[in-house]
Amino acid sequence: MIAIRSFLIAALVALPLLAQPLRAQIAAIEEVVSPGGIRAWLVPEPGIPFVALEIRFRGGTSLDAPGRRGAVNLMTGLIEEGAGDLDAQGFAAARDALAAEFRFRATADDVAVSARFLTENRDAAVDLLRAALTGPRFDADAVERVRGQVLAGLRSDARDPRTIAGEVFDRDAFGDHPYGSSGDGTLDSVAALTRDDVLAAWRGALARDRIYVSAVGDITAEALGPMLDRLLGGLPATGAPLPPQAAYGARGGVTVVDFPSPQSVIVFGHEGLPRDDPDFFAAFIANEILGGGRFSARLMTELRERRGLTYGVATYLMPRDRAALMMGSLDTANATVAQAIDLIRAEWARMAAEGVTQAELDAAKTYLTGSYPLRFDSNAAIANILVGMQMEGLPIDYAQTRNARIEAVTLEDLRRVAGSLLRPEDLHFVVVGRPEGVESTN
Amino acid sequence: MNAAVLRGAALAGLMVVGAAAAAQTVPEDAVTAFTLPNGMEVVVIEDDRAPVVTHMVWYRAGSADEPRGKSGIAHFLEHLMFKGTDEIPSGQFSERIAAQGGSDNAFTSFDYTGYFQRIAADRLDLVMAMEADRMRDLILSEEDVATERQVILEERSQRVDSDPGSVLQEQARAAQFLNHPYGTPIIGWRHEIEGLTRADALDWYARFYAPNNAILVVAGDVTADAVRRLAEARYGPLAPSAGIGERMRPSEPPQLAERRISMADPRVSEPVLQRSYVVPAREPGDPGPAAAMTYLAELLGGSGTTSALARAMQFGAEPTAVYTSAWYDGVALDYGSFGLAVVPPPGVTLERAEAAMDAAIADFLSKPIDPAAFERVRTQLRAAEIYARDDSDGLARRYGAALASGLSVQDVQAWPEALQAVTPEAVRAAAEALDRRRSVTSWLMPEDEASQ
Repeated sequence: MIAIRSFLIAALVALPLLAQPLRAQIAAIEEVVSPGGIRAWLVPEPGIPFVALEIRFRGGTSLDAPGRRGAVNLMTGLIEEGAGDLDAQGFAAARDALAAEFRFRATADDVAVSARFLTENRDAAVDLLRAALTGPRFDADAVERVRGQVLAGLRSDARDPRTIAGEVFDRDAFGDHPYGSSGDGTLDSVAALTRDDVLAAWRGALARDRIYVSAVGDITAEALGPMLDRLLGGLPATGAPLPPQAAYGARGGVTVVDFPSPQSVIVFGHEGLPRDDPDFFAAFIANEILGGGRFSARLMTELRERRGLTYGVATYLMPRDRAALMMGSLDTANATVAQAIDLIRAEWARMAAEGVTQAELDAAKTYLTGSYPLRFDSNAAIANILVGMQMEGLPIDYAQTRNARIEAVTLEDLRRVAGSLLRPEDLHFVVVGRPEGVESTN
Repeated sequence: MNAAVLRGAALAGLMVVGAAAAAQTVPEDAVTAFTLPNGMEVVVIEDDRAPVVTHMVWYRAGSADEPRGKSGIAHFLEHLMFKGTDEIPSGQFSERIAAQGGSDNAFTSFDYTGYFQRIAADRLDLVMAMEADRMRDLILSEEDVATERQVILEERSQRVDSDPGSVLQEQARAAQFLNHPYGTPIIGWRHEIEGLTRADALDWYARFYAPNNAILVVAGDVTADAVRRLAEARYGPLAPSAGIGERMRPSEPPQLAERRISMADPRVSEPVLQRSYVVPAREPGDPGPAAAMTYLAELLGGSGTTSALARAMQFGAEPTAVYTSAWYDGVALDYGSFGLAVVPPPGVTLERAEAAMDAAIADFLSKPIDPAAFERVRTQLRAAEIYARDDSDGLARRYGAALASGLSVQDVQAWPEALQAVTPEAVRAAAEALDRRRSVTSWLMPEDEASQ
């Protein structure tokens, strides 16, 4: 158990680059098209005898059929629970005997597969992963076992203030759209899922028409192409139709959810900017200055460094596939919730009205451009970045142009974009706790 | 996917530096260790795959070194180290690192406090100069201390008081140690944090922050020669402290009675059973018992599918668990710990789950260890060394934690071989340490269940 000075904020968007060294890394990206037509980005790195492979299937839990909420998530949890002639224990034993590592997870936008395997038994590991992806058994006992785990998680989530805050915000924002509810499903929906639902979710979610692949490590382009065909060629060509755009419906104000705790969890936000908006970079920098990862961010300075109201406050842009948000969160004592909300609104309004200073802009640019190459520091990290770039539709040489785009943002851009992006009157706060002097406004 | 920011992930990353980790497949010539004339130890891990460097300074000063009544002071000072020095104005430390594209943070544990920066390799000298500066020249204002005390109280609320599982774990730890300060929480008891003063912080700083109580670990795109030159220039001039002695903490008396605690809370949905034992830590020069303990944890509860607990409790017609696990934490100055956890499904009481767990452990110990299962663990531990080379940050933490916990560079380098040398007989011998008299069993319950 270790206490840390600050929480680390999840990196949400890939960013610019610094000088030559990264170019050396990035220049090595090759696009590989398998004989069967599957595309992948590759960085060969023979220094360590293993490969990190990242696969994404666009759609994720938002593909759940009506009344079948949680099907994609349950399916994802079952992929590794038996395949071909192996039951769940047989599969796990085979995987562990190869020291291969497979991870499967479903988000609102994708099903993600992360694999690591040693050069010495690459073929056997790929065959095993192929069996899971293309021939999962979904045995009845495995379905019940994993269903039990999902239900236990849902019951825990229902009493977890952080999860509650996020789910209430999503519901207020997106209503009946899949973005408006947890992809894990509900106790009722998950209890009602059948093996046929799981099979349908598998066929709909894991298809070649929505696949993104990257590989980093001890493998050549010549070897990767055939490997992709062997691994993924057996998947169906097409899957379920992707969901529609999500309309944002939350109004400015506060929703309080009563919860017995000395602290309140606060989640807040409003609409943001999509990743392909021409002003995205200016918005990204505005967010960095307002509530980004640094201790000098305005909200961190006002709430933590000056007043000691919270252990941490952060904001972030969330450009998802079907909607874009600008969000933030913090925990604070019940007695100081009202003060924290006032301060956040005030900082929102101040930046919307006045923009930022040249010094703030310069510091943010230096940080953002300088920190980018630090992310390209392991095979697994690079594989993750590459697959994310593909899903965002970025070009293969994106990293070389990224710094210039950050540098090109001007103080005037910031003023203009902050004025439209930051709308204090639209901020929707969800407070889970027993805040003093704060009540729901709607 | 939820909108909320995740905060827990960083913790997990830092605590795994231990048991299953070591450096066999890191070529040993990539690791260089030396000591500066003022007593500061230095470890350099060369990895030129990316133009990045991790710079860490670890102090042999953790919460278990605190004076009684001052719990939380190690962690409090860790926060205050980000205020100012004679050369850096208050609040500017992290800002200067960020202005170079770097990031920084710090952590406190029972046996050490660590500070780190991650930055482009050509900026190493800059962060080294800043870290050297605050080793000796920290300046604290009463105002900074007062505000930061509020921050750590909020941190305690967030990490512990808002989470019944954490509250119970804190209580369990306090029950686990009868005399040793490992029973006091790292972050401190609330009433003692509230009383910590500027003078307490400066006393702590003066006592422990010195080059002869510190370990420098640099990992990344650097050479040992370059690090030596920079370290001599930046840390070399710092005078050692005279008062750094051997680390002696009160030791445990014989633990003669098992302890059982329970707590019910309306915020709990799933009942949880945990048991932890005080067991030997990894000993300098004698890794065998700890290596065997590592296998024991893996075989009992390392996998949710194939481990002994999972097979016995999560499968079959009437499962008694939806989740099982076992772990061993052996990198510690004084005592290691071995833990077990079970979450039963609805309809299975904690009493029944505990009986099933004990039966599964007894069954495991009564039979020969499955050779295939044993071999899988051995293979995975070997592969973990290959995967570990992809994470130079992790390697830096591995060396830092070991050296700050009484182990040596040689101990770290011998660990992978020790893991490969473990025999089934050694695992069975290690299991002798699972003595209920040295254990705490905790039941976390929903409030409705407790009222039955």
